[in-house]
Formats: sequence, structure tokens, C-alpha cells
Amino acid sequence: MVCKGRGPAPRDRGNPLEQLLQHGANALILGGTYALLGIGLTLIFGIMRVVNFTHGELYAFGAYMMYLWVMRLHVNFFVALLLAVALGVALGALIEYVLLRRLRSSDIDTTMLVMIGAWIAMQNTEQLIWSGVAQSISAPFPSQPLQIGHVYIGWDRLFVFVTALALIGLAYYLINRTKLGKAMRATFQDRETAMLMGIDVHLVNTATFAMGSGLAAAAGALLGPVFVVQPSMGDLASLKAFAIVILGGLGNITGATVGGFILAFMEELGAGYISSGFRDGMGFLVIILILIFRPTGLFAQKERIG
Amino acid sequence: MRRLATAAWLLVLVSAPLWLRSPYFLHVLIITGIFTIAAMSLNLLLGYTGQLSLGHVAFFGIGAYTSALMSLGFDIDLTDTFKLVVEPKPVALSFAVAIAASALFGWLIGRLSFKVRGAYFVIVSLSFAEVVRLVALNWVSLTQGPMALNNIPPVSVWLPGIGEYRFLGKVPNYYLMLAVAVVSYVVIARLVRSRAGRAMIALRENEALATSVGVDVTRYLVLATIVSAAMAGAAGALYAHYVRIVDPDIFLFIYTVTMVIMVVTGGKGTLAGPIVGGIIFGIVPQVLRDMAGPEVQWIIYGILMIVIVYFLPKGIVPALRDGLQRRRHVRDAGIDPLASAPPAEAAQRR
Repeated sequence: MVCKGRGPAPRDRGNPLEQLLQHGANALILGGTYALLGIGLTLIFGIMRVVNFTHGELYAFGAYMMYLWVMRLHVNFFVALLLAVALGVALGALIEYVLLRRLRSSDIDTTMLVMIGAWIAMQNTEQLIWSGVAQSISAPFPSQPLQIGHVYIGWDRLFVFVTALALIGLAYYLINRTKLGKAMRATFQDRETAMLMGIDVHLVNTATFAMGSGLAAAAGALLGPVFVVQPSMGDLASLKAFAIVILGGLGNITGATVGGFILAFMEELGAGYISSGFRDGMGFLVIILILIFRPTGLFAQKERIG
Repeated sequence: MRRLATAAWLLVLVSAPLWLRSPYFLHVLIITGIFTIAAMSLNLLLGYTGQLSLGHVAFFGIGAYTSALMSLGFDIDLTDTFKLVVEPKPVALSFAVAIAASALFGWLIGRLSFKVRGAYFVIVSLSFAEVVRLVALNWVSLTQGPMALNNIPPVSVWLPGIGEYRFLGKVPNYYLMLAVAVVSYVVIARLVRSRAGRAMIALRENEALATSVGVDVTRYLVLATIVSAAMAGAAGALYAHYVRIVDPDIFLFIYTVTMVIMVVTGGKGTLAGPIVGGIIFGIVPQVLRDMAGPEVQWIIYGILMIVIVYFLPKGIVPALRDGLQRRRHVRDAGIDPLASAPPAEAAQRR
């Protein structure tokens, strides 16, 4: 997500409308993965009341798993993608089981400190294993971009977009249509009552964290081949995910989905029309504006923490 | 007894340059001291109001950059025709401006993020630090970007009878650091024992209750943020004029983590906690440095943070105090040691 990318820059700088359309297309594609990141984080916060600082590290983990399977072990690209997501889910479940389960009755600050510790340890483990050098992953897509009018879209980006949409759909299905999803929503509404109704809250927690982590890992695995992979990539991913989640309202899944796209549009337009150096500062701008004008998020329900 | 212990501590600290012969150790001690001051300022927020600032390094860095720029002089092109030119200013004045600038940003961040409680302040402060780092990196005409600001003059003061005195070298800087640290300590100690400090602790313990008895919670939170940011800015300015070079890496998140871990290990919400934690985490990495690379060190930091939260949740200082108190109780009359004061009160009494 550090956008030193080899992305299809607008080639035709002449026509402002075409330029705008190109930025819009880029933003739409980026927005899908941002939404994945945001949904994962907001799910974990909403249900578990955990500010998950390892979220960006799961994103980096997904990208590095792609690098490992595709570039080092020469596994098929699409199989590698599945493996990366599955390993992200497993790592998330492990983190929940080892670190968070025994802190369930602790306050939000305590879990925050634990998650910060885990974040530092994970990021530096990546640095230790993979070194700080940025790596790239080759993807099996034609290098000639798809051209619609004067708008160019790389095939790799199109694949990212479609897969991200599919995963968003899957997440909605899991949350809204399955029994586990029902248990998750019940826990979100009222933990005590959910427990009284016989819902295994431990299981819900583990499932939530695993699912959120899986979505973050999927975002990383999808964007890793588009940009470059490096150990510090998780930091920006975390910050952006936080911005998206604040934008949509903490714990609000629809908000996070829309928020992901809004942030992507702001970044793309900001980088295109103001200065590319401050692309990554847009998230902060979003947070500031939201806190000034609508502190509970764009899609606030009654939920308000504190 | 307590007075005696304080005096002994001060004596050890004041005499350190006399018995610490190695300039390297003195350097480690100065850097440790500067970060301890930053940790003390963080403790005011994290320990006494219960708000975790994950962007504390931003205030530290703003202090460093402001003081460096003021003492070096700078110009900003506001428009094509108008140019803001600041001639180099005396370092003492730069230092004061740096503190004011950090305080101003503390006020802004506090005003913004305390509209809503909970995780917001953490996230806002965290992304604020990242944005400040981006600005320092990208505004090359002002900050030199990654090329860093060089040749920052040392702190100098005008003393009657002596004239201008420049804090050059390790020993003068050590005493300068010690002076700032003592002032910071006294400010925090007085603040937390004042009416405002009691209000902060009250809202940390139970915000709803504090509000119900008429404590203007947001006002005190913002006040704590301002004081904390100003103090971190002072530490940053101290750092800039001692190391005499500042680059955008000063805003790295890892320094905030260092401050947090100092406070949490030593004991948040105690006056001595950040000092104990600061000394441990200022000196231990230097010892570790020969044995392990930076990554391994940070991994150890991360794991240590988790372990401390699990096994020593209150930190070293409260744990030691509880231990002492329990012994005394048992010796005196067999009073139930668990019936002693809750930690907040104990912290305050101290």
C-alpha cells in the first residue's frame, strides 16, 4: 500500500474528464481491498472490543505468504492466494487463543498494550526473516492493460478488484446468513444476553478474530503482487484501516465497506490533484474531518463507546 | 526517611559524571534521561488520566524540529512574492518556542480527539505522528527531508558575570538534562497532587461519577495533553541540541513504543515508575546491543510488553511498594495486607 507502485498512471494527461475517470477507476480498485481491511478491523472491534494493532501485520503476513509461495516455492498463483488467506485465518485464531482469550475480562487499555507488543514482535520477526529489502511478486496476468475508452486498467488490478468484491460478499454472507454469523451479531448486541442464550462466546471470539485476520491477510495477498512487499507495509495498512473504521463508525460493517471506498477515492484524488507525497496522509485528514463534524462516524447508529 | 532516600538518589545522579569515567556511559545516561523525561510526560496521560497516547513521539519531534529550526533560522515561501524569513534566534528562546509549539499541537489533538472517548485518542495520536513524519520527510525546503538538519547549535544561556555559557560536551549536557528532568518531575508531582490532578485521577477511575460531581472531564483531559505535549517537546528540544542533528526518523513509532514500555514496566500512575522503567530500558538495550541485532531487540521488547501486562500488570514500582507494605503490615499487627488502599489512592499518597 506504499504506493511506489508500477500502477497504470494516466497516460493521457490532456483531457481532464478522462483523467478524472482514470483516477476514479484506480480508486474503485483500491477501495475494494481497503474495504476488506476495514471490515476485518471493525468486526474485531465491534464484537471483541479489541483495538487490533496486529491488523496491519496480518496484511503484511498475507503479502509475505504470497511472496513465499509464489516466488520461493513456485506454487501456482491462485493456489498461493488460497493458502495465504487460509494461513492468515489460522494465525488470527492462534493470536486470539494465545494472547486474547485470557484477557477477556480486562479493560480495553490492557488488551491494547498486548496487541502493541504483538505488533512490534511480529513486524520485527518479518524484518528478521525477510530482511528490510522490498520484494516484488510476479502475477500471471498479461502486462498489456485493459483499455476502456481512454481509461487503462491493469489485469492484475482488475483481478484484485473482483476477488475483493467476492470476499466482501462472502463476509456479508457469513455474518448475515449463517448460524455462526447470527451468534456473532448477537454477541455484538449484548454479550451477557448472548451467553445466557447458550452462545459459546469463546468460539465467537476466535471465529471473529480469525475471520478479521483472514480478510486482512487477503487484502495483503491481493495487493502484494500489485505493489511491493516490505516489512513496514503493515504500519500504513493499520493506519488506513483505523481511518476507514472511524469513518464508518467503530463496529459498523456497512460503514467500513463504504469507508474503504471513500478513503481510496480521497487518496487517489488527493495524490492526483494535490501532491503524491501526502497520499498516505489522507487517512489522517479523514479522521480529523470526521471527528470535527461527525464524531461517531458517517453511519452511526446508537453505538458510541466510552 | 523518604527525604533521605530522595537526597541519596539526587546525590547519586548529581555525582554520576564524577565516578562514571567513560564518556560512552555518560552519553547513554544522557539519552536515557531525555527519553525518561518523555516517558514521564507520557505517564501524565497514560498513568493519571488513563489515555494512551501512541503519537507521543510527534510532540517530541515537533519540539526537536522547532527548536532546531528556530536556532538555525529558516524561510518559508508563503506566496510567490511574500517570504517568511526567520533569522537564527538564541537557543534559549528557540527552546521556549519549541515547548510552546508542542503544547499548541497537544491542545489541538486533545480538543479534537476528546470529543469522543475510548480508542479515538489512541488512533488520532498514532496517525498524527505518522502525518508529522510525512511532513518532515516531504517538506524538504524547510526540514531538509531525509538529508536532516545539521549543525544545530548547543544550548546556550547568558549568565550574569560569566557571559554566554554554551552547553558543549557530555558533562554540561548531563547536568542540563538532569535539571530539565527535575523540573519536569516537580511539575508532574505538583500537578497530580493539585485539584486538577485529583480530577484527572477521578475521571480515570470512573468517568461517569466524576462528571456527575461536576468535574469538567474534557477540560482536564485537554489540560493533561497540553502539559504532557509541552514536556515531551522540551525533551525533544534537549535531544536536538545535544545530538545536534535531527532527521525524520525521530518520528519513528518505535520511540513511542519505547516510552510506553518504560511507563508500563515502571508502573503507570506512579511518579517513580517512568524513571525506573526509563533507566531499565535506557540501559538494557545498550547491553543487549552487543548480543543481538536491532530486530531481535525489538522482538524482545514486544514480547516483554506482553509478559509484563500478564504477570506484572501494575508495573515494578507498585509491585515493590505493595510488597513492602505487606511486610510492614504483617510485622506490625497482622492486619490483612489485601485491605490496604487501592492503587489509585496509594499512588496519590506517595
